[in-house]
Amino acid sequence: MKLALRLLFLLLLSTGFVFAQEAEHPEEEHHEQDSSTHGDEAAYDPVGTVMSHISDANEFHLFGHYSIPLPVILYAPGHGFTFGLSNMFHHGATAVDGYVLNHGRVNRVADPSFPMGHVDLESDHAVHMTTHEVDGKERDLGLVTYQGKEYELDQPSTLDGGLVGGGITSFYDFSVTKNVFTMFLAALLLIFVWGRIKRSYEKNEGKAPSGMQSLFEPIFVFIRDEVTKPMIGEEHYERFQPFIMCLFFFILFCNLFGLIPIFPGSANVTGNIAVTLCLALLVFIITNINGNKHYWGHIFAMPGVPKWVLVILTPVELLGLIIKPFSLMIRLFANITAGHIIILSLIGLTFVFGNNGTNTGGGITGLIVGGAFTAFMNLIELLVAFLQAFIFSILAASYIGAAVEDHDHHDEDHAVDHTHGSAYAEAVAHH
Amino acid sequence: MGAIGAGIAALGAGIGVGMIGAKSTEAIARQPEASGDIRTAMIITAALVEGAALFAIVVGLIA
Repeated sequence: MKLALRLLFLLLLSTGFVFAQEAEHPEEEHHEQDSSTHGDEAAYDPVGTVMSHISDANEFHLFGHYSIPLPVILYAPGHGFTFGLSNMFHHGATAVDGYVLNHGRVNRVADPSFPMGHVDLESDHAVHMTTHEVDGKERDLGLVTYQGKEYELDQPSTLDGGLVGGGITSFYDFSVTKNVFTMFLAALLLIFVWGRIKRSYEKNEGKAPSGMQSLFEPIFVFIRDEVTKPMIGEEHYERFQPFIMCLFFFILFCNLFGLIPIFPGSANVTGNIAVTLCLALLVFIITNINGNKHYWGHIFAMPGVPKWVLVILTPVELLGLIIKPFSLMIRLFANITAGHIIILSLIGLTFVFGNNGTNTGGGITGLIVGGAFTAFMNLIELLVAFLQAFIFSILAASYIGAAVEDHDHHDEDHAVDHTHGSAYAEAVAHH
Repeated sequence: MGAIGAGIAALGAGIGVGMIGAKSTEAIARQPEASGDIRTAMIITAALVEGAALFAIVVGLIA
């Protein structure tokens, strides 16, 4: 019975995705009419729809023209800060201080002659996308129509100034976006959950665990016994247990929030390369500041290796320092993003088969096929959410373990004075 | 071209993960008492192989 209920819940979640998409459908249709006047022949743009769903946004889109606004904090050199809620843009119909909302993302009009303050653009579709050619490659370009004139948009900004994606922009977006909101939510939820568990440990001392405690204790023990203890070692694991636990549960909660298609979820947090970059950077810093002399010794001068090999080996080891956290970053980002793309593509089948609303039979077929596969994919994604959190924490633990590992000092000291063979023989004799 | 590259990468990763799965089931069948350790090693290796395929996916997305 419980299993049936859970399956029903999952099915509901997946159909939530369908409805969320369907609600957006009229908007797409308008958009299509809009772009058809600009000579585009694309009826339904699956790639664009998928990309806009997996990217970050300045509002939680619900359906049609309903969305939950989020705080906007923008800074442009020379103009200063602009504060407000994202509903001040009226879904793209209003420009504020030269900023407009383009598919949920705040963009800035690149042209300095565009008027400041609140500007009514007189149309819901004043902001639209087109493509232009740069060096033989097609690039997206946003345009704003205002009083018959078209203004070009800057690419959406990221906190890194556009180094990881989005291009170098003329403004900085410090807004609480969907991703930021979900990260706050996950962090607060973790503090609340673990705070309650801490209290119940104090209350139930010496007694059997109760409530949330019994749900999380096995996971905690699993992380300790299967991840930190074997990877970092009996001696040091207690120092790193809190960090590995934080990594595991933060990634897990963000992954699970990403699977919920409506409001508190729907943000693709761990599928955002900037987020995974920060997580991997933390692992990189913690690994290297805790590295002991054996760790650095193995990087710069691998013991027991001829001198000339070190010329090749040391650069490779130094590269390895960067590649390890880099692969952590890519693995989490690509796994979660790929999962979301698959689900959105399956849902997109409804509109591909339905010919964007003109073929009802095809649409229903697509919905049934896509919906069934989506329910299946959601179950796989549930597994991936746990698996990727586990993989990230176990690999982070193994990198830290390699950095803090104590070697047998006795053997090492002898290896310096003598040739390899005799040092080994002596070590055997000593033991 | 990106799609073809991603396909080839998936092929390689598929062979890799398949071999990991086959060998680890074999190992568990030989020594059921070591199944816990084998499973952990299997998951880590699978993640590493999968990482290579995902690099290709990212390159495919960018290209």
